[in-house]
Amino acid sequence: MIWKEILIRYGEISTKGRNKVDFINRLRDNVRYSFHDILPLKIRAERDRMFIEIENEEKMIVLLDRLPEIFGIQSFSPVASCAKDVDAVKALAVEIMGIFKDQDITFKVEVRRTDKTFELDTHTLQREIGGVVLRNYQNLSVQMKQPDVTLRIEVRMDAIYVMAQVIPGAGGMPIGSNGKSLLMLSGGIDSPVAGYLMMKRGVRLEAIHFYSPPYTSQNSLQKVKDLANELTKFGARIRLHIIPFTELQVLIKERVPENVTMTTTRRMMLRIADQVREEIDAMAIITGESLGQVASQTLESLTAINDVTATPILRPLIAFDKLDIIEIAKKIDTYETSIQPYEDCCTIFTPASPKTKPKLEKIMHYESFTDFDEYIERAVRNREVHIFPEKKEKADAFSELL
Amino acid sequence: MIYLDNSATTKPHKEILDTFVQVNEQYYANPASIHEAGVTANALLTRAREQLAHLLHTETNNIIFTAGGTEANNFAIFSVARISTHKGRHIITTEIEHPSVLEAMKGLEEEGFDVEYLSVDASGVISLEELRQKVRKDTILVSIMHVNNEVGAIQPIEEAARIIHTQSRALFHVDAVQSFGKMPIAFNGETGPDFLTVSGHKIHALKGSGVLAMRKSFPIVPFIVGGGQEFGLRSGTVAVPQAVALAKAARLAVESIPANSKKYKAWQQELRAFLKSFGRDIHLLSTEQGAPYITSLSIRDLKGEILINALQKEGIIVSTSSACSSKQTKTSHVVEALNIDPHFKKGVLRISFGMHTTDEDIQLFKQAFTKIMKQLKGDSTT
Repeated sequence: MIWKEILIRYGEISTKGRNKVDFINRLRDNVRYSFHDILPLKIRAERDRMFIEIENEEKMIVLLDRLPEIFGIQSFSPVASCAKDVDAVKALAVEIMGIFKDQDITFKVEVRRTDKTFELDTHTLQREIGGVVLRNYQNLSVQMKQPDVTLRIEVRMDAIYVMAQVIPGAGGMPIGSNGKSLLMLSGGIDSPVAGYLMMKRGVRLEAIHFYSPPYTSQNSLQKVKDLANELTKFGARIRLHIIPFTELQVLIKERVPENVTMTTTRRMMLRIADQVREEIDAMAIITGESLGQVASQTLESLTAINDVTATPILRPLIAFDKLDIIEIAKKIDTYETSIQPYEDCCTIFTPASPKTKPKLEKIMHYESFTDFDEYIERAVRNREVHIFPEKKEKADAFSELL
Repeated sequence: MIYLDNSATTKPHKEILDTFVQVNEQYYANPASIHEAGVTANALLTRAREQLAHLLHTETNNIIFTAGGTEANNFAIFSVARISTHKGRHIITTEIEHPSVLEAMKGLEEEGFDVEYLSVDASGVISLEELRQKVRKDTILVSIMHVNNEVGAIQPIEEAARIIHTQSRALFHVDAVQSFGKMPIAFNGETGPDFLTVSGHKIHALKGSGVLAMRKSFPIVPFIVGGGQEFGLRSGTVAVPQAVALAKAARLAVESIPANSKKYKAWQQELRAFLKSFGRDIHLLSTEQGAPYITSLSIRDLKGEILINALQKEGIIVSTSSACSSKQTKTSHVVEALNIDPHFKKGVLRISFGMHTTDEDIQLFKQAFTKIMKQLKGDSTT
């Protein structure tokens, strides 16, 4: 195998002043976590770039497959190496440029010599390599200013290193570098996307879901678990808090007028979420709300709901069109899971015509006749917590059949 | 009973039958139901699908369970033809396909499709040169079987795929019923087949189960419509026990390919040497390059049926060229296509090995065969 290491260029983190070391350490830990199945990995972090040593082809395949999903990486390049010999480096350059053999592109050769004793000087080596590449691939042409591809050759003390490909990374910031927040995960299309976007900004997630047995099935719960599990592939563990919500829903239905049950329900959900947030030491609450999408997402509704807490509520999708959200959901592979047609707790007691412009004073008035606190405490206390990625237990029950 | 007719069907493997029964007992719910039992059955079905996808090198959603190889062949052919009419109406297949392909092709011809048939040489193999000449810009489908069921000829699938994909936008269907689980066959990115047909009962699973596998999710249309099971592509309540049994059979078969092919190859050599010792009374239709688990031969001026009956009396089960066509008195289309000496057209006999075949079976076959040949042809041979 010609490949020696992968060079990783940092994303936005290289512009952050004194937190830089923290950011880089965080990224290195996240890389280790994402590739826990192929450890050990030799990772060398420098101020401006990081190197992962490649020991064998299997590791290389796994790395190339998953690196594009890790936040905090601007781009990365596989680096090959060969002995310090002119013919060897020529052959390697030709082999590597073979990646572009079906494309009409421009390139240039860049040579850096750390070992000044190497038989050819920078210029000669540049010319020789450019020449041999041009002779092998008719479709390539040389362009010194802004070429499509830069073939970089470094003559170091131990060997010669060659790279050409620059593979885009996921961008963003390493997960965990911007604290922890609690995501309200419904099972729909929007909330996983909201979670993804915040993770991309370096936020570590925990998730909260409301379920109403026996009216909602195991399927709808499984769907949410699957979604939480999907989100872990971006390189972090996620805890999912499942809140039993039936009792509160029934109570709300009894105690407030039908057309405002929706608003009160959301207010209760947010109060529960806020308590869980406090317990887990998270700083904000994330929702998938998008302005005007449904009755609970008008500015009036958001105002009435938001009133129960002063905690920052992050709504990364607030200005997104539905189609744009769907596009991201498809990209991150949550769409197919989200569209499974299982009832969730929001759809079982839906009023025929919920108020789209609820008045906060009125809602507070209706709620004032009931003491919800005790119910909220109980819901929080009786929650189930699952950790993802989880091992598939069911899979093992089946394995002897297969 | 010494069963040497494994290309007609195989005896279900004990382990696979156990799986089948167990799934029927424990996971009998309809996998489309939304109650928990249904969800569990569906999870099991998905595991079976994943296992097959893994073995065939494709994605899980590209495995469609059918009621067997015939349905999968029909499905692939009619479906690809129907979605491709904007690209053309030209189809290529071979003269020696299984009837489930040939009859489908006849149907398409009646609908106005232009079907061309590749001929085969004396060993039953197509000519890549002829394929190269016949593939056109407006060819929409090419269907070539991997291993022929009557004589065991192996078609050059990889090379054929390369020609088809470089010269046309046609989709390439491969009937792998006689090869999957016995020889390596799988999708190979854009340079391999696009559709593969697999049958359960040829690899010691149950009759009535098969798979149409796709390289990627092509926008095909269903052949059987109804409740929209199998991603809307094959309606009918999915037979989860059959599917799981098939997935298990596939795994067991693929895992034992190295060991089995070694055994089969040795027996093939042994049988060939043995049969050649009968001199000009016997013509071998199978070649050494063919699938090692199928040996077809023909006896001069004799009807295959006579030999089958005689061997049966000795407790040995073999068949004439194929089980499907063995009841017909006319010469099989494959034997016709091989263009052999007319003296040898009627007396075709097929010996086919399976996972349960033993060395003793082969020795007993040889003894019985020698005895029968003496009775029928006298001592003049050898």
